Amino acid sequence: MNRPTLPDGLVVVVKRECATCVMVVPAIEELINGPLPVTVYVQDDPTFPESLAHIHDADLSISWHYDIETVPTVLRIDNGVEVARTVGWVRDEWERVTEQSDLGSSLSAFRPGCGSLSVDPDLVDELRVRFGVSALAARRVEVADAEDEFEAMFDRGWTDGLPVVPPTEQRVMRMLTGTTRQPTDVVAIVPPDLVEITVEKVAINAVMAGCKPEYLPWVIAALEAVCNDTFNIHGVLATTMPVGPVIVCNGPGTRAIGMNSGMNVFGQGNRANLTIGRAVQLIIRNIGGGRPGEVDRATHGNPGKLSFCFAEDELGTPWTTLSESRGISRTTDAVTVFPGEGPRCVVDQLARDPESLTNTFAACLRTLHNPKSVLAFDAIVVMGPEHARVYADAGWDRDRVLSEIHARLQIPGSELIRGANGIAEGVPTHLSGMTLPKFRPGGLLLVHAGGGAGLFSAIIGGWANGDIGSQPVTREVRA
Amino acid sequence: MTTSANRFVLDPTNERRASTMERVGRPTSLKGLTVGLLDISKARGDVFIDRLEERLSEMGADVKRYKKPTFTKPAPVDLRHEISINCQVVIEALAD
Repeated sequence: MNRPTLPDGLVVVVKRECATCVMVVPAIEELINGPLPVTVYVQDDPTFPESLAHIHDADLSISWHYDIETVPTVLRIDNGVEVARTVGWVRDEWERVTEQSDLGSSLSAFRPGCGSLSVDPDLVDELRVRFGVSALAARRVEVADAEDEFEAMFDRGWTDGLPVVPPTEQRVMRMLTGTTRQPTDVVAIVPPDLVEITVEKVAINAVMAGCKPEYLPWVIAALEAVCNDTFNIHGVLATTMPVGPVIVCNGPGTRAIGMNSGMNVFGQGNRANLTIGRAVQLIIRNIGGGRPGEVDRATHGNPGKLSFCFAEDELGTPWTTLSESRGISRTTDAVTVFPGEGPRCVVDQLARDPESLTNTFAACLRTLHNPKSVLAFDAIVVMGPEHARVYADAGWDRDRVLSEIHARLQIPGSELIRGANGIAEGVPTHLSGMTLPKFRPGGLLLVHAGGGAGLFSAIIGGWANGDIGSQPVTREVRA
Repeated sequence: MTTSANRFVLDPTNERRASTMERVGRPTSLKGLTVGLLDISKARGDVFIDRLEERLSEMGADVKRYKKPTFTKPAPVDLRHEISINCQVVIEALAD
């Protein structure tokens, strides 16, 4: 709908429910007796103000299109253009805007206004659709009156197996308030079908996942991070291995949107953690066309393929953060995506010195995917606070921790060759005389997260690494 | 038929497929199945459908009759939904 025009002169927007609006009626009468034409719009009661000619802004079109947030609002319009505005009752301000003096002399000099009906939380979503829906390009799908809307989402194949929030226009328009980007902006080309996805389609799937608008920039950043040759979400999706995109979030925004980096960090209960990751996976399904049993050929998969997203505990970490280690400022919001399986627990409740604890990490990491597998897979070590404290007390920084783990994972080829230790799996026998590292340089990522009690950490194993598979990718989150 | 904005959702897919759902497979026999006969409301379509009902009933099918409000528009979504939950087979009669 086009923005309606306002008449030249003074425009006053009021509502009966607002005591300040009732109070200023004498001042409005003085304006009407002044030199400028005055138009009064009332939002709620079409009879108010009884003593003045007025127009009922019944559909709140004037209020919406002129960004009326407070009533009363006074606008001065000159040649169709707003040249001055004041809200509430501040006599000096009214006199400035209206270019009249001695207004409302019987009134106190100042009284704050009330919220405009057009920003009433119960109405604003409907108004956004009524006046802004033409911005949306997605096909409308009608749901029959007798059809359960949640079942309808399942019936159309749009869900990941759990119910989704039906993406109505109102909800999608509200979601789009979470970003400054235009609905038509292309965010990424989504495998496996290699389809361009717009901000609007991201928002639709974010609604379905249960996101709040403030999560939308994180979903967009995660999507940008996975949809490229470096991360290779096509391969991560198609592989028979049990991996999916693991999203590690950094920056002050993780606290602002209420992400969990502490107790039960990988578990249930936190809306931001669960829905951001879920939105990404719904997009791979609905836009990319990546569905289990089709392009997704996982032998077992893992529950994290519904959503595996968490924040680093930046306030508690003794180290630089993951995103800092990857070149992003600590004050910048960022996501790092990793092709990961489900987390496994590392238990060491006795170690009080860093050497002993590092031996535990090395022994546990040695078994990743197969004790005889080397170099092919990366991993994230998610260090629990009680383990990290052992290192902090000893003065080990991030690089020291990782280099000490690497040093303990230099493995004689004779232990790794095919047939060694009675295990057929292994490296070719000609490597018997070499020493091979379990992990490639940079193949271990370190994140600080988890609850404050428990001498535990976690390992998240990866998928085929490097150019033949997938590289972790870090992207800034932009509003 | 009444509709409200809440009864529409925005398509979350890449829109490369039709939004309508796929048909189920053709049955080998109609015996015991519920067959919906959808009259599109064109003149004399009922003559054809009456005869179909006779023949289908003889074959052991349970027949239900439906009618579009007008042949000029697609069947309303509620009517389509009602047929989909009540019938295993539907025959839409065209006439002219």
